[in-house]
Amino acid sequence: MTVNIGYGALVLTFIVSLYAIGAAIYGERNKKPRWVDSARNAMVLIFPLLTISAGALILLLVNNDFQVEYVASVTSRSMPTYLRVTALWGGQPGSLLFWSWLMAGFASAVTLRKWDRDREFLPWVIVVTLATLVFFLLLVVFYENPFVRMWQTPVGSVLTQIFQPTGSIPYVPGDGRGLNPLLRHPGMIIHPPLLYLGFVAFVIPFAFAIAALITGRTDDRWIRITRRWTLWAWLFLSLGLILGGRWAYDVLGWGGYWAWDPVEISALLPWLAATPFLHSVMIQEKRGMLKHWNMLLIIFTYDLMIFGTFLTRSGVLSSVHSFAQSAIGPLFFAFIGVTLIVSLYLLSRRWDELKAEAQFTSWLSRESLFMINNLLFVGILVVCFWGMIFPLISEIFTGQKVTVGPVFYENATGPLWLALLFLMGVAPLSAWRASTAKSLGRNLWKPAVISFLVPIILLLTGMISMAAILTFWMGAFVFSVTLYEFYKGAMARHKRAGENFFVALWTLMGRNRRRYGGYIIHLGVIFMAVGIIGLEVFQTETQGSLALGESLELGPYTMVYTSLSEFDTDDNRNVARAVVEVYEGDEFLTELYPRKDFFYESQQPMTIPGVRSTMEDDFYVIMADWKPITTKNATFKVYHNPLVNWLWVGSIIFILGTFVAAWPEKEDSPKRAKKSVSASEKV
Amino acid sequence: MNKKYWILGLIIILTLVVVTPAIAQNNTPPTDDEVNSLAKNMYCPVCENIPLDVCGTAACAQWRQQISDMLGDGFSDQEIYDFFALQYGDRVLAQPPRTGLNWLVYIVPPAAILIFAFVVFSYMKNKQKPTTDPMVAEAVEEQKEDEDDYQSQLENELKKRL
Repeated sequence: MTVNIGYGALVLTFIVSLYAIGAAIYGERNKKPRWVDSARNAMVLIFPLLTISAGALILLLVNNDFQVEYVASVTSRSMPTYLRVTALWGGQPGSLLFWSWLMAGFASAVTLRKWDRDREFLPWVIVVTLATLVFFLLLVVFYENPFVRMWQTPVGSVLTQIFQPTGSIPYVPGDGRGLNPLLRHPGMIIHPPLLYLGFVAFVIPFAFAIAALITGRTDDRWIRITRRWTLWAWLFLSLGLILGGRWAYDVLGWGGYWAWDPVEISALLPWLAATPFLHSVMIQEKRGMLKHWNMLLIIFTYDLMIFGTFLTRSGVLSSVHSFAQSAIGPLFFAFIGVTLIVSLYLLSRRWDELKAEAQFTSWLSRESLFMINNLLFVGILVVCFWGMIFPLISEIFTGQKVTVGPVFYENATGPLWLALLFLMGVAPLSAWRASTAKSLGRNLWKPAVISFLVPIILLLTGMISMAAILTFWMGAFVFSVTLYEFYKGAMARHKRAGENFFVALWTLMGRNRRRYGGYIIHLGVIFMAVGIIGLEVFQTETQGSLALGESLELGPYTMVYTSLSEFDTDDNRNVARAVVEVYEGDEFLTELYPRKDFFYESQQPMTIPGVRSTMEDDFYVIMADWKPITTKNATFKVYHNPLVNWLWVGSIIFILGTFVAAWPEKEDSPKRAKKSVSASEKV
Repeated sequence: MNKKYWILGLIIILTLVVVTPAIAQNNTPPTDDEVNSLAKNMYCPVCENIPLDVCGTAACAQWRQQISDMLGDGFSDQEIYDFFALQYGDRVLAQPPRTGLNWLVYIVPPAAILIFAFVVFSYMKNKQKPTTDPMVAEAVEEQKEDEDDYQSQLENELKKRL
């Protein structure tokens, strides 16, 4: 019954979405607003419908209905309820349904906004949004259906179908295979939903961009409408990436947070297109420039988002052959091709109407520096995209796969990230339209002088890594510039309105959320850079096999192996847990418990490190499965990760800044819009 | 005379080649860290995208043991990389060797960035023409006038007040 309800709601959503697309096009073409309204109502309906479908699948997962093939493949009796719920996105069919559900949420939400001033966009926003949803529903309904059940035929074979084949009886396995152990970490529970939210939310700005191209409303209205949608999408995507990094650090057991794995890169690519978009839309809003470029960026963000999903879902990363065998791979490929070609065609049709309304007047103006920022981000995007797809190209042309590992990405993108850090310091101090070297210098010299102390101190303390010195120097520079900006703004208010300095600072941020939210994001990036350099440049590691009572030394620490126990748990795990004591010199610091879990159901091991974390460093101990472990001997791999926690602190600041920038505020009416952007008002 | 030196040199080299592994075999076995310093630059063909030094599978443990044995036998790092690449293909190396089609992986990104930079700078340099519709341009400029000067007005406010 639950299966039928879930599947029925899914099919109904598919039909309703198709109807809404048809009605929107018909209504728009024949000037019949009632049809467009009907399409809008249909679009509101799809979220509740898919909620029924997703709810039904969650119910099946929670109730261990193992006749459903998907449930049997991702859950087991020993799993706690919350993990059975998160198993919704633990496998391909479920995660595609989950993706569609979130997409439907955004689709329904966008229809509920006020459309009085942008009525002409409505039909095309419906068409673009639902065309994307229909594609994913097509995959779920026809290729990766999570409601498929197992049936036993009279001859004993097991069939997988939605409905009961004649003569068969339901086949219900005694237990399921359980969720992949790697997906049982809290970071992994939240990471996919956030990443998906980031992905699907970018469909909305893309839909408005395409609507603007179709309708010919090529002013910056579409950008103003979608500003906050874009920021929220970016927030979710950033949060998804950060949590993915944290999960990798905690679970994957290599002592790092980012391995330049193709799956990671595929999630980073839309972010690398969306971030310059967030910057360059400001140029269009303020100066009426870069209209083509912004269209291109949002088109690429959208298609890279689909491309990322395609890469992880089609099996193409394993081999081009598995792509050919995959049912959904060619469909994804076709969808990306069609959307890209149609988008670029529409853009070409409006090319002349999107000409800039102003011109670059100075190489040091804000818009010029933002343009260089765009260049650097796109440069990183090209490196990542090319490095990721090159193994496939090599396999197609030579028949031999190659590996493009972290060293390639680090060497190629490192200088570009550093240049971006430098720009983060300079660009906020430059003026729109025109900045002279003199005016820029006047703003920059104080922070520059303060920051110059950093490399001097680092060199005097014996640091020799140029990458670290330059990054810390640039970080100090951006930090000084950003704090100085806060100080200047707050002081101006404090003196003018007589407000308390902190009240002035708060009001200033409240009135210029995007600007100061952006500055907070920049501060977060600096701290993240400190953590990244700490790990990339200063990480050390060692490994050794120890008998009980023996020790390993790394950095300022010594670890002593004191005991190992092995036991089974109620949730079907075998746990081998070591106890190690950590000392700094003779001082006892703490006990750590690195362990190895073996999951009987899925026959998979999982390594959980023992970590002593401080803001100064992490002492990260893994019990490596190097040699057979006995209770007397164990092999440990130990990492000393200086400064790494600044990465997580910076991430929190980064996210807070995005919240500040994205926080909803009342949409300006046309009259108020002009008033509200007055600088004197802001100050 | 020269010929004598050549022969002498050849004998020395051959002696070194023969004797070095023997000497190496007498040394203490390589440490885990020495093995890992090589293994972290290698990938086995089965465990996708997991460097050999941290991969927990039995197959990867065997590879590490093989690296350990080869180090113990006196093979150089490069010889070990070459051996594994020859046996299992270039995909075992963390970076594609700079040969043939692989050059593209190194050339395309900087070339693309340079071309894009050229396009951007040409665009910025050539963007000197005002809009064809002066009314539109004027309206936009007027609307955005006060936004543009945020920085300078902030400075002025500060000068006046401080």
